[in-house]
Amino acid sequence: MVAFTWSELFQQIVSGLSTGGIYASLALAIVIIYRSTRVINFAQGEMATFSTYIAFWLIHDHGWPYWGAFFATLAMSFVGGVLLERTVLRPVEGAPVLTIAIVTLGLLVALNGLTRWLFGGETQVFPSAFSTRAIHVGGVSFSLQDAGFIGLAIVAVALLWVFFQFTKVGLAMRGTAINRDAARLLGVPVGRMLALGWGLAAALGALSGMLTAGSVATFDPNLMLGVLLYALAAAVLGGLESPIGAVVGGLLLGVVLNLLGTYTSFFSGDMRLVGGLAIILVVLLVRPAGIFGRVTARKV
Amino acid sequence: MSRSDLMRGGLIAALVALVGLLPLAINDFQKTQFAFVAVYVIAIAGLNIVTGYAGQVSLGHGAAVSIGAYTTAILAGQHGVPYYATIPVAAAVAGLGGLALGLPALRLSGLYLALVTFGVAVSTPAIAKHFTKFTGGSTGQGFTIVKPPGNLVTENEWLYYFSWAFALAALAVAWLLVRGRLGRAFRAVRDSEVAATSSGIDLSVYKLVAFAISAAFAGVAGSLFAIDNLSYVSPDAPDPIKLSIYLLVGAVVAGLGSLRGIVIGALLIEFLYTGDLEKWLHLPKSVPADFFFGAVLVVVIVLVPRGAAGLLSRLAGLGRLYPYHSKAGTPPERGVSTE
Repeated sequence: MVAFTWSELFQQIVSGLSTGGIYASLALAIVIIYRSTRVINFAQGEMATFSTYIAFWLIHDHGWPYWGAFFATLAMSFVGGVLLERTVLRPVEGAPVLTIAIVTLGLLVALNGLTRWLFGGETQVFPSAFSTRAIHVGGVSFSLQDAGFIGLAIVAVALLWVFFQFTKVGLAMRGTAINRDAARLLGVPVGRMLALGWGLAAALGALSGMLTAGSVATFDPNLMLGVLLYALAAAVLGGLESPIGAVVGGLLLGVVLNLLGTYTSFFSGDMRLVGGLAIILVVLLVRPAGIFGRVTARKV
Repeated sequence: MSRSDLMRGGLIAALVALVGLLPLAINDFQKTQFAFVAVYVIAIAGLNIVTGYAGQVSLGHGAAVSIGAYTTAILAGQHGVPYYATIPVAAAVAGLGGLALGLPALRLSGLYLALVTFGVAVSTPAIAKHFTKFTGGSTGQGFTIVKPPGNLVTENEWLYYFSWAFALAALAVAWLLVRGRLGRAFRAVRDSEVAATSSGIDLSVYKLVAFAISAAFAGVAGSLFAIDNLSYVSPDAPDPIKLSIYLLVGAVVAGLGSLRGIVIGALLIEFLYTGDLEKWLHLPKSVPADFFFGAVLVVVIVLVPRGAAGLLSRLAGLGRLYPYHSKAGTPPERGVSTE
């Protein structure tokens, strides 16, 4: 616990926003898949870990520059996501939601094993694109890295927003998410849209994975398990169906958890996970539709 | 006695005989392995009640196993309670935990419930590490190694028989529970909440009961895990996250909503977990078991959605499909009638 000062508070808010940006990108990935298929992709975190290892492999084993590896990883993750949808998810398309959820759980375990198999289970050091040098703005000091993370998250979200709002493919994807049958009748290639959704989600996950590894400096195959819980909490907080909700939820969660960790001794360290769980529970029990979700009526 | 009764009786007798005689055929280390198989049988039976019969997904069953394990370790290690006396307490404590886990099930369904229970499993190790004084923190909590009574059997044989006695009892209890009124109500809740409610089934009560019973099973499994794990429990042993997923794999492989395949699911967990299956299949040792776990789960759910139980009943059904079994035992006339 720390003594309270205003500059300390602002500092913690900025650093909370920076981790919140990571949660937001993974939460957004979960929301994109949920909107189009009504399935929570439990493997999202492990897909991100796998992508992070690809980036590490390019940088460490092949001497690629950071940004080259960064964009190559995003592209490869996109392709990987599309392939996963086509091969693993396609056979269970239209199966009960629970069946698909179990398949994504299987994917979680299999990908974790695959990561260990291909890259080994040791802890590795991941470079960060931004220096951790402190900048001072009016008494509040934060690192260049924090600013960079927030900036990257904002850029990713803005790009996605433009894509969904102003392109024809984006419109077709939104149509598929809202009413699959109607979209199909209007000539939208629904299967391809679903695969595209998985590709986008995988790329977003890759972003969150690389940022997470960069922020904690060291990583191992279990990098994203905790982040997955926070991302799920962020997605639930934002309403699970709303992309804006996922982003706001992620940022809010980052700040709240950071403040809880700073000003209470209970929710620090690993106990942050319990804080994340508590937020999921409270939101689901008090307002299951989240901040931005629509309230739907249900029989019984 | 009908034919299916006979088959069931035969199957049970074969299982009991196999369990009793198996220690004669395996070495000392394998006896502890099969003791763990018994642990997983109990846990899968419990998970099957809540997920397979009552249709409520739990991805947090490993947490209930952890609660059972810690109850035994803390009672035996810090308060000197004999290990066998801790088992009912573990069942009760885990059952209460299951009741608490079931409360969100009343308002949430399907995916949301999966999400919450998954969150519980992920945060369980953090809780176990945080309350150091109570749980022993990261170092874990041990208690006195279990000794067999008298000199009839070795230590590992005792673990084996002790665990399997509970596993067979658990299977019997599970069968008695699901075959009667309770099981019927569970299936009604699973198949249609609307229809169940209009038939006078109180959804809240039955969901809570299903969660409590299944967690109590997991508690017993956890307690035996602690005993079989050479009297030692830590935040990672049993690992609530992995175990939650493995148990689900086991339950899916065994076949949700049926008790017949459970032993097969449990065998898979133990032998995939310890890497033996890889050795038998002559796979390169470097391939992690997790990879196969995930792959098996995906393949089974896609290709054999009813699991081992479904396969077993299909095999049993083959005989019945043979077209010449009429009631009188005489084959009907073949060919076109000449009348």
